[in-house]
Amino acid sequence: MIDPLSVFLLLLSASTPILFAALGELVVERAGVLNLGVEGMMITGALSGFAVAHATGNPFAGFLGAAVAGAAISLLFAALTQAFLANQVASGLSLTLFGLGMAAMFGKPLEGVKAPPMPAGPFGINWIVWLGLLAVPAIWWFLTRSRPGLVLRGVGENHDAAHALGYDVRLTRLAAIAFGGAMAGIGGAFISIATVLQWTEGMTAGAGWIALAIVVFSNWTAVGVLAGAWLFGGVTVLQLRLQAAGVNVPVQLLSMAPYLATIIVLVLISGRQKYSRRAGAAAPGSLGRNFHALR
Amino acid sequence: MDSATVFRADGIGKSYPGVRANDDVSFEVARGEIHALLGENGAGKSTLVKMIYGLVRPDDGRMTLLDRPHEPSDPRAARAAGVAMVFQHFSLFDALSVAENIALGMENPPPRRELADRITKVSHEFGLPLNPARRVVTLSAGERQRVEIIRCLLQNPRLLIMDEPTSVLTPQEAELLFATLRKLAAQGTAILYISHKLEEIRAHCDCATILRHGRVVDSCNPRDHSASQLAAMMVGGEMRPIDRSGRHAGETLLDLRDLSLPAPTAEGVALKSVSLSIRAGEILGIGGVAGNGQEELLAALSGEMPSAPGTLTVEGADLSQASPAARRRAGLLAAPEDRLGHAAVPDFSLTENTLLTAGDRKSLVRRGLIDHNAARDFAQAVIAAFDVRTPGPGTAAKALSGGNLQKFVIGREVMQDPRVLVVNQPTWGVDAGAAAAVRQSLLDLARSGAGVIVISQDLDEILELSDRFCALNEGRLSDPVPTEGLTLERIGLMLGGAHGMEEARI
Repeated sequence: MIDPLSVFLLLLSASTPILFAALGELVVERAGVLNLGVEGMMITGALSGFAVAHATGNPFAGFLGAAVAGAAISLLFAALTQAFLANQVASGLSLTLFGLGMAAMFGKPLEGVKAPPMPAGPFGINWIVWLGLLAVPAIWWFLTRSRPGLVLRGVGENHDAAHALGYDVRLTRLAAIAFGGAMAGIGGAFISIATVLQWTEGMTAGAGWIALAIVVFSNWTAVGVLAGAWLFGGVTVLQLRLQAAGVNVPVQLLSMAPYLATIIVLVLISGRQKYSRRAGAAAPGSLGRNFHALR
Repeated sequence: MDSATVFRADGIGKSYPGVRANDDVSFEVARGEIHALLGENGAGKSTLVKMIYGLVRPDDGRMTLLDRPHEPSDPRAARAAGVAMVFQHFSLFDALSVAENIALGMENPPPRRELADRITKVSHEFGLPLNPARRVVTLSAGERQRVEIIRCLLQNPRLLIMDEPTSVLTPQEAELLFATLRKLAAQGTAILYISHKLEEIRAHCDCATILRHGRVVDSCNPRDHSASQLAAMMVGGEMRPIDRSGRHAGETLLDLRDLSLPAPTAEGVALKSVSLSIRAGEILGIGGVAGNGQEELLAALSGEMPSAPGTLTVEGADLSQASPAARRRAGLLAAPEDRLGHAAVPDFSLTENTLLTAGDRKSLVRRGLIDHNAARDFAQAVIAAFDVRTPGPGTAAKALSGGNLQKFVIGREVMQDPRVLVVNQPTWGVDAGAAAAVRQSLLDLARSGAGVIVISQDLDEILELSDRFCALNEGRLSDPVPTEGLTLERIGLMLGGAHGMEEARI
């Protein structure tokens, strides 16, 4: 009764918002910045993407708008943490609260409006899903093979050393934060434009937090992020199917399952991670620490 | 300026708020010369080389490199002009591979495979073999320095700056480093060498410029002067010789028997069957390259890491399982290496910091309440007795310079009249005057009948202070040998030699 191919296609769709947000946050954290505002950037993207798509009738313009809006709000975080050296955890949390509140306010007039239809891509799979899948090898290549990616990792691993070698720590982090914002914005817009097809207050429903968890779960690798997103997406689809099939388990428990599964896997993996720094797979050395240079 | 001059500084000055870091500094480095820059901590050596490397802009003065004005806006410009630098605290990226670390230090690194081949080739040419794929976090201190050096060599520098490069090396590793430097100098590279190890400079440098309070006070050929003459130039006055007299070894105070502990962290070191004993009036020196179990040994003695029953006894009492506070009450005190964060709370005042370890022994806490007057008086007494330069006991610990805070931290323990005091790197990063004061206080403490364990990387310090010497290598402690008649070479071998380094092939 459950056709594996259709489940996989649904899984791809269900994991896409988290995949985008987590890939963006992966780059941000590799640059040594902990941005807890992913949820706020996603909801900003969900609203502005939906608004642009509705106004222009073009869903792709909506995604572009979402990327711009996500990057814009992330620059607020960048200004606080990179220019004014504010605490990253507090700034990130307030970014989330700010984004959720602002989206709820400006989203009122859009409630009940339907999204413009989206043309299907190759094999009937959404273009944005394809984009997300392509982003995985692209970001892997950028981080591990390209020169700017090496500089970015250097900045995240030891910002004092990167500065001593003459790299601009703040500029690198600024660019990473903006990229992370744009990716989170696209991820959020996928929910409003391509999945739910309308705007609802708080519709990202904690996806940003799961994206943050998945970055840790992935051991800060692009392939790991894909695995984490698919795990979450897979359990989501599965529990929806089980609900639809009328399994005798309380709905609340089933809805909990994707979050629970992600957290359990996360705990199991991080227990092992403590000992793997020598193997090179662990958090960037300067993660969450502000950088201040004396000239 | 003649063509042999590679680098010249003319009247360089740099001010920071409240400090004149460099003032009218002028000197020249010639082709093929190893030029020493000598001075105490805070004499302005680091600021000076940071200006040459483009990390800091000078306020006034001119620099000339190879007959062209040298005004680098950032380190990349300096590298392009032919300046390379090996940093005191390695500027390496732990989680990245050797090749990646080297690529980050180059302007236009070749593709990955070619770079790996060049690293292998150049590192073997200089007798400093390196595996480009290894992650830096897995390397020893000596190997890490090789990465820094190879990173510089791949750029064919005209001027190579080395900021205290031997402070973490064994004597054998240091010899290997000097062999490499001499080979480079022979090829025409000018080398600017910063250190406060005077014997090393006398043995290997052609010329020395001496800085004090940011100004050039003298320049000389270090071979023509004794180490104590050089020290006098650095400090600006004769150093008082250390007084070792009047100590008698008494009964055994502390006994550590067959102590084994697993590594506390992933990067830590396991202690393997460590045994030692210390008698009243005696100083035991424990040498070793950092990261061979020093911190773990201190933690096992201070009580931060309890050990199996029966492994640690102090004056007959088994303290193996006792907490740090209980050990302090029994007279076993410790001063850890990291001043800011481990030995002292940076944001606490000096008065509050005395409470952290002296609360019990000095009765600064009564019925659960802090006796602020007593604490302040004790802090004031430490400040006075140890010549801590600070506005007063209300000053935050982080506002003190490294040397002053170190004097305070050591003084806080010494003035509690410990039976046994354990110190780790007591003079690390401390200028010569403060270091001498700290060392003398440890000798005085031993003279008064306490046992002192000095864990240090500074072998000269150990030879100066201790009666017996043990080497700590990969968590194992060697049998003690008397320091009388012990040579640096013998110590080097006890420390594990050159840690797998090959002899340089010249």
